[in-house]
Amino acid sequence: MAPQQAPPQDAASTEAASNNATSKTAAPGQDPARAAWLGLLARSDPALLAARMEALTAEMDPVPTSRWLRAPETGSTMIRGRTGGTGAPFNLGEMTVTRCTLALQDGTVGHAMVPGRDRAHAERVALADALLCRPATRAMVEREVLAPLTDAAEAKARDRAEKAEATKVDFFTMVRGEDA
Amino acid sequence: MSMEAAASQADVYAGGFAEPGREASVAFRGVLDALARPGRIVEITGATPSGALPPASGAALLCLADPDAPVWYAPDLGGDSADWVLFHTGAPRAASRDVAAFALGRWEDLMPLADWPAGTADYPDRSTTLLICLPSLEGGPRLRLEGPGIEGAVEVAPALPPDAATVLSANRARFPLGVDLFLVAGNRLMGLPRSTRVTAV
Repeated sequence: MAPQQAPPQDAASTEAASNNATSKTAAPGQDPARAAWLGLLARSDPALLAARMEALTAEMDPVPTSRWLRAPETGSTMIRGRTGGTGAPFNLGEMTVTRCTLALQDGTVGHAMVPGRDRAHAERVALADALLCRPATRAMVEREVLAPLTDAAEAKARDRAEKAEATKVDFFTMVRGEDA
Repeated sequence: MSMEAAASQADVYAGGFAEPGREASVAFRGVLDALARPGRIVEITGATPSGALPPASGAALLCLADPDAPVWYAPDLGGDSADWVLFHTGAPRAASRDVAAFALGRWEDLMPLADWPAGTADYPDRSTTLLICLPSLEGGPRLRLEGPGIEGAVEVAPALPPDAATVLSANRARFPLGVDLFLVAGNRLMGLPRSTRVTAV
């Protein structure tokens, strides 16, 4: 089963603006690349992201400054799932999330919605999102932040898979004559 | 080009409540007062909406609109105003009049009132609330208001067209069905619920 988080109402509408000034209200999740990095950032370990963002901003000149369009706020969102990944959607349960939106000096908008109550984590995700939306800084953020986070996520998934694999039990039955 | 577009996007999103908890409570109280005391002018501040939205209507929508309450916009309001409301409240843009929970526009944009959902006998609350943008809440034709929330009668003079009293009387005649109105100018707002009897003076 793949839980699907209801997308924030406004996510991804920014991307449409930077691609096409005429259509500002794009459907959420229109840009798969942005959805992917927002997901990766939101699920990342807050300490690791903090370390990577610090390394990134130390490298940047000038250090990016931002203003709030929506200061971090904590609330709950309904997580929906589909039985077997294909069935009708059902409400799995509510989850505490923190969201925020900021704008860089040049007006690039970054969104974040992260699990839990960590406001600083949400701010770092939004800042990374905005920097990724800006062509001038995109490659740098991909190298300094996204690459290590991807490695960490893959290592975590592999670790979990290995632990699960170690508990696997193969059942086998001797074939008895009368069933044949 | 992309830079300019991004800059305007940030401007579109700016202007929500700076202190959402406190300011939303104050604004909500103002909206309630306006509807409970028809004809009284209340000031609602705190929001600076994008596009051509008067600040009071923006603040009222921040208090009232949510993802289940589609908002209809007059054609010349749309665009940035709709994006701003969507960003701050999650309220989508209503595709047509009959699904609108709120409607925004000038008086002539929102006529005739009979076009809007007026609720049903079982659920009179399933009606549209109209936010009518006016140049001013004073100096127009004088109207006499009577009904719940008004002691005796009050006279008001919002800048409405001369036939407004007839239109509002027809709305009153459908009670308990009908639409509720807010008249908005700048950061001032006046409530005109369907229960109010309106006559020209």
